[in-house]
Amino acid sequence: MVDVQARLKEIGPYVPAADDDMLICRCEEVTKGEIRQAVHAGMFTIEEIRRFLRCGMGLCQGQTCGKLVKGIVARELGVRPTDIEPAVSRAPMRPIEMRILAEDGGER
Amino acid sequence: MIERYDLIVIGAGPAGLSAAIEAAKNGLSPIVFDENAKPGGQLFKQIHKFFGSKEHKAKIRGYKIGEDLLKEAEEYGVKVVLNATVIGLYQEKEITVKIGEEVKHYKGDSILVATGASENMVTFKGWTLPGVIGAGAAQTMMNLHHVKAGERVLMLGSGNVGLVVSFQLMQAGCEVVALVDAAPRIGGYGVHAAKVARCGVPFYLSHTIIEAEGTDCVTGVTIGEVGPDWKIKPGTEKHFDVDTICLAVGLSPMSQLLKQAGCEMKDTPGGYVPVCDELGATSIEGIYAAGDVSGIEEASSAMIEGRISGAVISNYLGYLSDEGLKTKTEELEHALGSLRQGMFAPENRGKLVTKTEEDIDVSMNLLEKGYVAEDEIERYPGVTHTVGIHPVMECTQNIPCNPCQDACPRGCISIGDNITSLPVVRTDVKCVGCGMCVASCSGQAIFLVDEETEPGYGTVTMPYEFFPLPEAGDKGIALGRDGRKVCDAEVVGVKTSKAFDHTNLLTIRVPSDMTMKARFYRSAE
Repeated sequence: MVDVQARLKEIGPYVPAADDDMLICRCEEVTKGEIRQAVHAGMFTIEEIRRFLRCGMGLCQGQTCGKLVKGIVARELGVRPTDIEPAVSRAPMRPIEMRILAEDGGER
Repeated sequence: MIERYDLIVIGAGPAGLSAAIEAAKNGLSPIVFDENAKPGGQLFKQIHKFFGSKEHKAKIRGYKIGEDLLKEAEEYGVKVVLNATVIGLYQEKEITVKIGEEVKHYKGDSILVATGASENMVTFKGWTLPGVIGAGAAQTMMNLHHVKAGERVLMLGSGNVGLVVSFQLMQAGCEVVALVDAAPRIGGYGVHAAKVARCGVPFYLSHTIIEAEGTDCVTGVTIGEVGPDWKIKPGTEKHFDVDTICLAVGLSPMSQLLKQAGCEMKDTPGGYVPVCDELGATSIEGIYAAGDVSGIEEASSAMIEGRISGAVISNYLGYLSDEGLKTKTEELEHALGSLRQGMFAPENRGKLVTKTEEDIDVSMNLLEKGYVAEDEIERYPGVTHTVGIHPVMECTQNIPCNPCQDACPRGCISIGDNITSLPVVRTDVKCVGCGMCVASCSGQAIFLVDEETEPGYGTVTMPYEFFPLPEAGDKGIALGRDGRKVCDAEVVGVKTSKAFDHTNLLTIRVPSDMTMKARFYRSAE
């Protein structure tokens, strides 16, 4: 288990940056500042940040921003992007209308 | 009802189709799903000639390779389902596919994931403005849908995608104002860079985009030089009026389905990929991966990887003997191995190679500015001086490619058994000036030079793939390797032939002392 409080102390406080208002996840309109603040609020994995901010949960399903979000989180934590725990992959892998998904009866 | 197949392939690109064909050859009845309206993956937008040797389909244009693959798939009865989005892949080798208004279930005795990759993006102020697009997207727009991506374009990224798409943008009639890369050296093949540079496109290495300007869409861009700390050096800012910014900053494998199925994954600097054995088997029995989804390479290697997967799966399901598999994979791995040689081999990624295999100094000018300098070009074995017409081969890096040596009916050109060797021009064999070598070179790096056809004047014949095609008698200017004017020039010949496959041979007349300098032609107006 990660000691969140200890890790937060290590990375220091959130310092506002000039480009904090830059959009990173275009589908869900999440900014760089929001992602950075989420890290300083104790969210160190993509899964947590995704659930909290919805980045990567829009139309493109993180195809565009996935790598960008990872890079921002890694920089904030002072680690390599490959050290960041990726999000869970689950169906449906592509956006799909609820009415179509709801009709799916499985093995009929 | 669940439909069952012995092999389900996800993705009808070069890897997926090749695998399905190979499996069908062995008696399987594969089904291939693709979310796009057309099969072929990215092959149909590749209008350039591919590199490699005959077995890699070298000097054939990408879209033609795609057509051949589709034909072969049809011949062997491979079932391809389009507009079919696989939305789930489960451990029990079951998939859910959205087809039309329905979610259908399929189960495979084996599954091959060949979903390819998606384009990376980078952020800078204004990166979300309309007009900032992926280089691959620009290529799709112009080569598949015949829509010009923009009028004035700045390209970010000097890998092969950035270089090839820059050239194709110019072919489509766009102006490429600059090619920018944060790295200190060009990442792609030197020959691709050289054909862009001689059209007059300036290269800005160690530069990156500071800002895309505009309120509703891109109207301009500012770039600046990056220092060793990756910050912009003050005072190095440069502005360009552009309406389009193309990003060619790498690809990421689309491996989410494999992760969902529970395959063991690894995070690498090249992307999130499944852990596979050397033949593409993932950690889950019966699930395989091939092509870019298992690590970014290019279409030629994806096709071979697909063939290997097809053979491996045939063996797994009992359609191919162990002996048969061994023979097949040995042959295919040899072909794959030869593609992974030379200066751009996977193990050389990010390394500065300063000497060729022949122990000749690599042109640093080529790596930093996109063209070989005049004082560097003479040291390569393809560059010779003889009386009369002869090929001048400005091929200066060891890349796995050799169609030129078979192209010459007289045997003027020799590469030898080592596919990455630099071409050597034999001066003891007389060139007849047929131009087959010029058209065969995927890198457009071969010129026919006659230093003196009449007192004080000679001719240069160059590959030319632009419209409108100049005509004999046209007057214009000759450009040097750096894209700057070297002298006035007159078109004295234009040759087109089916055998040249859309590469036209343009011959210009220039002063004799310019025949080793003039490398491109631009009409007068």
